[in-house]
Amino acid sequence: MFALRENRMTVVAGAVCLGTFVLFVGLAIVALLSQTGGASDDALFDAYIWRVTRFTLLQATLSTLLSVLFAIPVARSLARRPQFQGRIWLLRLMALPLGLPVLVGALGLIEIWGRQGFLNSGLRWLGLEQPVSIYGLFGILIAHVFFNMPLATRLFLAGLERIPAEYWRSAANLGMPSHALFRFIEWPVLRGLLPGAAGLVFMLCATSFTLVLTLGGGPAASTIEVAIYQALRFDFDPPRAIALSALQIAMTGLLLLLLRHLATEPEEGMTGGRTVRRFDGASSIARLGDGAWITLAFLFLVAPLLAVAFSGLEADLLKLARDPAVHRALLTSAAIALASALASVTMAAVMIRAAATVAAPRRATSLARGFAGAIAASTSLILLVPPVVLGAGWFLLLRPLGDVARFAPAIVVAINALMALPFVHRILAPAMATHAARTERLTASLGIRGVHRLRWIDVPALRKPLLMALSFAMALSLGDLGAVALFGSQDMVTLPWLLYSRMGSYRTADAAGLALFLGLLCLIFTILGTAENDRRREGRKA
Amino acid sequence: MSNSSQLKLFSRLALAAAAGLVFAHHAVAADKTLTVYTYESFITEWGPGAKVAEAFEKTCECKVNYVGVADGVELLTRLKLEGEASKADIVLGLDTNLVAEAKATGFFARHGIEATGLTVPGNFSDDTFLPYDYGHFAVVYDTETLKTPPKSLKELVEGDASQKIVIEDPRTSTPGLGLLLWVKAVYGDEAGAAWAKLKDRVLTVTPGWSEAYGLFTKGEAPMVLSYTTSPAYHMVAENSERYQAAAFSEGHYIQIEVAGMTRNAGEPELAKQFLAFMTGPDFQSIIPTTNWMMPVAATKEPLPDAFNRLVKPENTFLLPSEEVAKNRKAWIDEWLAAMSKN
Repeated sequence: MFALRENRMTVVAGAVCLGTFVLFVGLAIVALLSQTGGASDDALFDAYIWRVTRFTLLQATLSTLLSVLFAIPVARSLARRPQFQGRIWLLRLMALPLGLPVLVGALGLIEIWGRQGFLNSGLRWLGLEQPVSIYGLFGILIAHVFFNMPLATRLFLAGLERIPAEYWRSAANLGMPSHALFRFIEWPVLRGLLPGAAGLVFMLCATSFTLVLTLGGGPAASTIEVAIYQALRFDFDPPRAIALSALQIAMTGLLLLLLRHLATEPEEGMTGGRTVRRFDGASSIARLGDGAWITLAFLFLVAPLLAVAFSGLEADLLKLARDPAVHRALLTSAAIALASALASVTMAAVMIRAAATVAAPRRATSLARGFAGAIAASTSLILLVPPVVLGAGWFLLLRPLGDVARFAPAIVVAINALMALPFVHRILAPAMATHAARTERLTASLGIRGVHRLRWIDVPALRKPLLMALSFAMALSLGDLGAVALFGSQDMVTLPWLLYSRMGSYRTADAAGLALFLGLLCLIFTILGTAENDRRREGRKA
Repeated sequence: MSNSSQLKLFSRLALAAAAGLVFAHHAVAADKTLTVYTYESFITEWGPGAKVAEAFEKTCECKVNYVGVADGVELLTRLKLEGEASKADIVLGLDTNLVAEAKATGFFARHGIEATGLTVPGNFSDDTFLPYDYGHFAVVYDTETLKTPPKSLKELVEGDASQKIVIEDPRTSTPGLGLLLWVKAVYGDEAGAAWAKLKDRVLTVTPGWSEAYGLFTKGEAPMVLSYTTSPAYHMVAENSERYQAAAFSEGHYIQIEVAGMTRNAGEPELAKQFLAFMTGPDFQSIIPTTNWMMPVAATKEPLPDAFNRLVKPENTFLLPSEEVAKNRKAWIDEWLAAMSKN
């Protein structure tokens, strides 16, 4: 009886979240469509759009492949080596690229890979004349792997760390060799995560804009996002911007559907929940291999970040640290990041639980399956709706209520929360599924429900993924510029906004200093988000 | 540390943050307020905004309230989004290429000010928009890595392809559009062929000025498309002669920044007063070393010495705004076709 009522409430809450979400996006689009556009009598799908679409697909597919193929061995090596010096810091740094405004990341990459970068200087020193050129498809791919490989690695690693300790014990008893372990234990887990992770990376790369233009070497490298921006900015043609967004969604949606066929229903193995201990990877070849992958990932990730930090150190940091404008921007950015991350994680958790409740196989109707499908689809595809479209739409909607700037904080938080949903969903959904499979029946039979279950069963067990989701969502919102730009008023200046503004008026050193602050703030968030150290200590005490 | 203490910390921080956001919005109360929409760099603490407001408030017994958006193009977008409900009295920061489009919106009123005594190259005059500063587009180069900069657009187009330049994208930025019009003004129907040649020299095409200038100062390319006034910043603020603009013998394309008053201005008299003030010595004296552009009228004191050492184009190009508005799409298509060839 009680359980039924609780289920109903879960589903209602999930439906409310989904409804709010759909309304928020739908209303913005309707408002923009009702706006009479510019002088748009040109066909939507001209040769230009086809070319841009082709290039979008090409670069996003390659970027995704490379990011994922790099992430798998790195995640596997990290999972096999749970206790080396600096491991936790590598994981923390992996959340950083997402938290940096793309321009900052791009400049960091250029310090390493650029014509005057570290790599080419080294090659020249060795007597090689022909420099490695980052400008072109190669540069776009390098940059996309830099931004997305760490994300994919964290997603895969989280999955590998959920493998029950019993599996490793049995495998060790059976004397399974490394490739068999991969085939029978690790690969099934990775394969289950692959569509989600690859889909997310694909969407991020497909909608990439600043990176593609800056490193692309010319307009032959343009994405649909460039055309959307162009339509909304120079041409002020909202219907065209929305039609192009729809093209982007349809195209990627199809691809995500294809990817889903790769997925297999993950089997949740029962576990007594003992501490995972792995017995494999003790051979020197395995050690060497793992070490090589981890070092490679470390260098690839950390070198550009260090370049950003060093440029920042050249700035007058004391002056910046005393600047009240910087204080305000820091507080504004932190507040927006916290608020949107909490909103995002709450929404995602409620929707995941609701979807799981209705789609529980015994009583799943087609309506229920549709509901669960809608939740999965909407939390993915939102990334393809350009924030500038949402912002412009809500600007129009709120206009009749007077000064739109008053609503700017709420709208920016809402947009950032929505944009973080795909990340949060991919972190929480697999963890919550595993958790449910392990605890559902026991808690039900013990009659632990509602707030009690949340407090004593769910939150403690899900603390790690919850914190990881929070820190990713915060990083994401911290680096965001898109949503703020349109509403930009003196009252709400975020750190990236301040950074761009200094950069736009010759103050490159200030901008580099601010990038360092932004990176540090992001790092603080990720330290809050990686609680593993504490738990390990607690474990020892117990 | 209890299990959920970190989560608690998060929620407490978020509550505090939300409260902060609510209280950050205080209402500004003054009997007469002039609302000026402008681009963001105008109102940063080193920009001209604060000084301009202070000087004008002395003469008008009013309060100047700024609303800043990303840039000139965004200004127009913002106005279109706001429509008749816009609170703007003055819109400051459009450039001449946007004038025709801005007029077509019907939001602007004629200023009715006799604009004599203005020294703007290219003979710009308009019944709706008044200029307040200008700058010429120029190729800025690094004297440490480029000893013989191109002396003309022709030399830039046909010169050594291994000496790279970073340019901006005309689809997304005003300097990018400026270069497009510059090449059009010099080459006319041959513009497509010129771009096809220049393509080999272009290291990359960035979405905006900041990205291009960032790559340039990182040393990735010895040249960048910027303004004749860029070296003035480095000379005055950084005491450095390293970055200089190349004078092109054909002449330079100009960017003139203008302001206008809206038809629905709440304070039309005040708005008109501001426009008149804008071309006066008080406003004009602030512009050069805060906005890093050239003044359009006499300043109270002579300009800093660095300004006398800037490139002074003998010939100025300026295509009529209507012609730009009419042909922009076709010219961008021409650019795309030439630049996308392999």
